[in-house]
Amino acid sequence: MGFEKFGWVSFASQTKVSKFVEYLEAGKIYGTKCLECGLIQFPPRAYCLQCLSTNFEWTLLSGDCELITFTKVEAAPTSFKEQAPYLLGLAEFSEGPKVLAWIDLRIPEENLKAGTKLKLKPSRLQNGNLSYLLTSPNLR
Amino acid sequence: MGIGQTKFGKIPDTSSRELVAEAFKEALSDAGLSRKDISTLIVSSGTHYDKQRSPAGIMAEYLGLNPIPTLHVEAACASSGVGVRVGWSMIQAGLHDVVAVVGFQKMTELDAAEVQDVMSRSGDVMWESPFGTTMPAYYAMYARAHMDRYGTTEEQLALVSVKNHMYGAKNPYAMFQKEITIGDVLSSRIVASPLKLYDCCANADGATCIILAAEKLARKFTDAPVWLAGLGLASSPMSLTNRSEFASFGCSVLAAKQAYKMAKVTARQIDVAEVHDSFTSAEIMNYEDLGFCKRGEGGKFIEEGQSYIGGKMPVNVDGGLLAKGHPVGATGAAHIISITKQLRNEADASQVPNAKLGLAHNIGGIGMYAVCTVLRAS
Repeated sequence: MGFEKFGWVSFASQTKVSKFVEYLEAGKIYGTKCLECGLIQFPPRAYCLQCLSTNFEWTLLSGDCELITFTKVEAAPTSFKEQAPYLLGLAEFSEGPKVLAWIDLRIPEENLKAGTKLKLKPSRLQNGNLSYLLTSPNLR
Repeated sequence: MGIGQTKFGKIPDTSSRELVAEAFKEALSDAGLSRKDISTLIVSSGTHYDKQRSPAGIMAEYLGLNPIPTLHVEAACASSGVGVRVGWSMIQAGLHDVVAVVGFQKMTELDAAEVQDVMSRSGDVMWESPFGTTMPAYYAMYARAHMDRYGTTEEQLALVSVKNHMYGAKNPYAMFQKEITIGDVLSSRIVASPLKLYDCCANADGATCIILAAEKLARKFTDAPVWLAGLGLASSPMSLTNRSEFASFGCSVLAAKQAYKMAKVTARQIDVAEVHDSFTSAEIMNYEDLGFCKRGEGGKFIEEGQSYIGGKMPVNVDGGLLAKGHPVGATGAAHIISITKQLRNEADASQVPNAKLGLAHNIGGIGMYAVCTVLRAS
């Protein structure tokens, strides 16, 4: 249990990496690091993508990332109607892995482009659930 | 051997089994076969658009095909493209000699936002769907990556929609049989930036059926069968976080290579192609992934009119998903049906002169599966 608290709507409740949500609650963003091959992974994985090892440790991520691509969603699914419009972005961490998340709506869409420096920060949603948000390093 | 399909679009007062029955009857009659000739039934569809679980069960019963074997094949929007591959494999293995592959989807019982709810779960439900991802949102992110890297423009995207609607206007099975202008596309409302309404295909109801037969039987039943000459199927990570490329579909590139190799042809030799234009930007990416033009020149390809009949590679001259509508599970087989008509010289107003070799390309979901089928005229 624990994973049901992740995201505006969570579609899964149980996972071996639900500790991620506890870290998020404590204001930290953690990935996993494989102790066999050294691969740093985000989203966290209990089985390494590269070698399928289950021998991993949690590793704190800086949150520093660069935008790869993004979109503003105007036509939202039923369960996200009240959230629309929202900015969805894909970014790459300075540590290597990638993240898909909402982008802070305080950043004007026209200021975004591939390569824009962003910071991934933990966030709490209006329904009390936990998430993370791509925001500008200068915004609080 | 045999092909059949319903009209695509909003088809009121008709259930999915009735759609399937219509396509199946048409394919039987096209092949000159009766039900007792069919040795197995493959049923292809996406899940969760209706409440029926295990749809192969009800379809085999409704078509009166029990007790022959039946099974369901699912690969999101590529379901029936993959279904044809499974049927081909069964014939090659010697298990069955005549296989009926049906693809169907009944989508209009849900409203557009509810369909988005279902489709958003074609992405990773743990790490992506909680952000309200949608099918247009994913393709919008690929479109932007292509525009960023190669300078592809919104006008070039719009030209794909103009072309496909022009051909759709000639197709009696299409959902939208009306030509549109570049202005119509550019002024339509934004769905997920930079994609606008006319950059996106529409949810639809529809069914398709293809009857495959072993070579010996096919030659006995008809003088001019259309041959499955090359097949390819590949996958890419479902999660964007595990992909390295966003301006191309890696699975399409691989599936096309496999299909060309098996058919012993090159992309240049293909006379007509049906590609997965769920979004205008996807068609432009497909031109490059399938080898119709160089990487980064997809925008120029449509601008020069190279994908019209008379151009280097006529693409989606039946209207594509953009004009025909996209009943998810029926789509892959619909591509193969359109190519079959071309190779039989039965494509009427959209006939490519002297078409002998065709390609059907079908992407599943947000680009995690791609299936390619090269077809050859007798």
